[in-house]
Amino acid sequence: MLPLMMGLIVLSINKGKSGMTTTPQRFLADDVSSELAILTRMGDDALVLGQRLTEWCGHAPSLELDIAVSNLALDSIGQARHWLTLAGAEEGKGRSEDDFAFWRDARAFTNALLVEQPNGDFAMTMVRQFLYDAYLKLILEDLVGSTASAVMDLAGGMLDEVEYHLRYAQDWVLRLSGGTEESSRRTQKALDHLWLFTPELLLRDESVEIAASNGFSPRRTTFAEDWRAIVQPVLDAGDLVLPEMVDGISGGRRGLHSEHLQLMLAEMQMIQRTHPGLQW
Amino acid sequence: MTIETKSKLNEALAWEALADVMDPEIPVISVVDLGIINSISVAEGVASVSITPTYMACVAAEIMRRDISTALRKSGFRSEQVTIRHSPSWTSDRMTLEGRSKLQAYGIAPPSDRANRDTLPECPQCESSSTNLLSPFGSSACKALYKCDACGEAFERFKCK
Repeated sequence: MLPLMMGLIVLSINKGKSGMTTTPQRFLADDVSSELAILTRMGDDALVLGQRLTEWCGHAPSLELDIAVSNLALDSIGQARHWLTLAGAEEGKGRSEDDFAFWRDARAFTNALLVEQPNGDFAMTMVRQFLYDAYLKLILEDLVGSTASAVMDLAGGMLDEVEYHLRYAQDWVLRLSGGTEESSRRTQKALDHLWLFTPELLLRDESVEIAASNGFSPRRTTFAEDWRAIVQPVLDAGDLVLPEMVDGISGGRRGLHSEHLQLMLAEMQMIQRTHPGLQW
Repeated sequence: MTIETKSKLNEALAWEALADVMDPEIPVISVVDLGIINSISVAEGVASVSITPTYMACVAAEIMRRDISTALRKSGFRSEQVTIRHSPSWTSDRMTLEGRSKLQAYGIAPPSDRANRDTLPECPQCESSSTNLLSPFGSSACKALYKCDACGEAFERFKCK
């Protein structure tokens, strides 16, 4: 309950219900602007990852790690709140951050597949965090150049914190890969699984291209190379072997998710769906 | 209200009011000590305050915004507008010297200067410099966890940001 409540406590602090109907949204709408798409996926990435991280609360390998991962979760949920609130404003249909978080089904979520992957062991969680934070750091650096002042403002505020997370995750990837035979094996296994989901992070779909060309969400042309430049040295230092891969697995940005997401959302959304309009 | 009373509704009064608004989680340090106030302007009895919370996910931010509004009302301002700005992000250098010593007295080590961000803190209990970092994450988004080798106590430090 506690991880669930932690997410709910933060997300339900928002007051002032608009009287919006709480009909679950199942599918991505056809008429989503590129601005709305970008804001929603920023929020969905942060929300899904944050919820995953709260699953460690009370179960981490040590008390300090429990606190650390809970803090990572809190930061991520905090980011989600900001992005989804902005998405609601952009959409202009009166939906709040809570409506986005609790009243959409998996088919409407646009997070990357990487962040919905189960936590697995601590190595899996830290490798996922490292690969994702390298991506997020670059995204935020680019968003600081957004023509939308609210986006620029949020991205600037988040960047320091994400760099802190990246450093933390990187240290753990090195510690685990260079630790015992077992920790090294588990880190390699994590990389073997999660590497498949990294091409999706680097994907430039139509929403990315339009939002980049109109200045709302600038995206450097060297994004993939820059991401690789952050990630590769750490993997090399850990003697980690990159799996052979052709295309990877994607679909999250189009609402096509692995079997994991709906189960996670069911747990996350259950209380709000059972008692619509619930406030703490 | 007389004209004389109205003229006292100025920035100085607003700053005074905010000096009594405490951080909800660390009750010895005010929002002024924290350095989260970007600007205050007053016009026609209406106070406009811009703040930047210490961390994006700071759950105390909304409480502080409410408390700031309440304090301004109580001081006599006709109405108030408290806006939150996230960039440039808050840095720990914005914390006042007074704020730092209040933290120390309370048992939380103050943040280092940004220039010396990895230096170890003095133990707030016994003042030894034989301390070490247990975790960069503490009981709240703004704090890290340390231990003192001299007296054996664990303590928190406000993180350098």
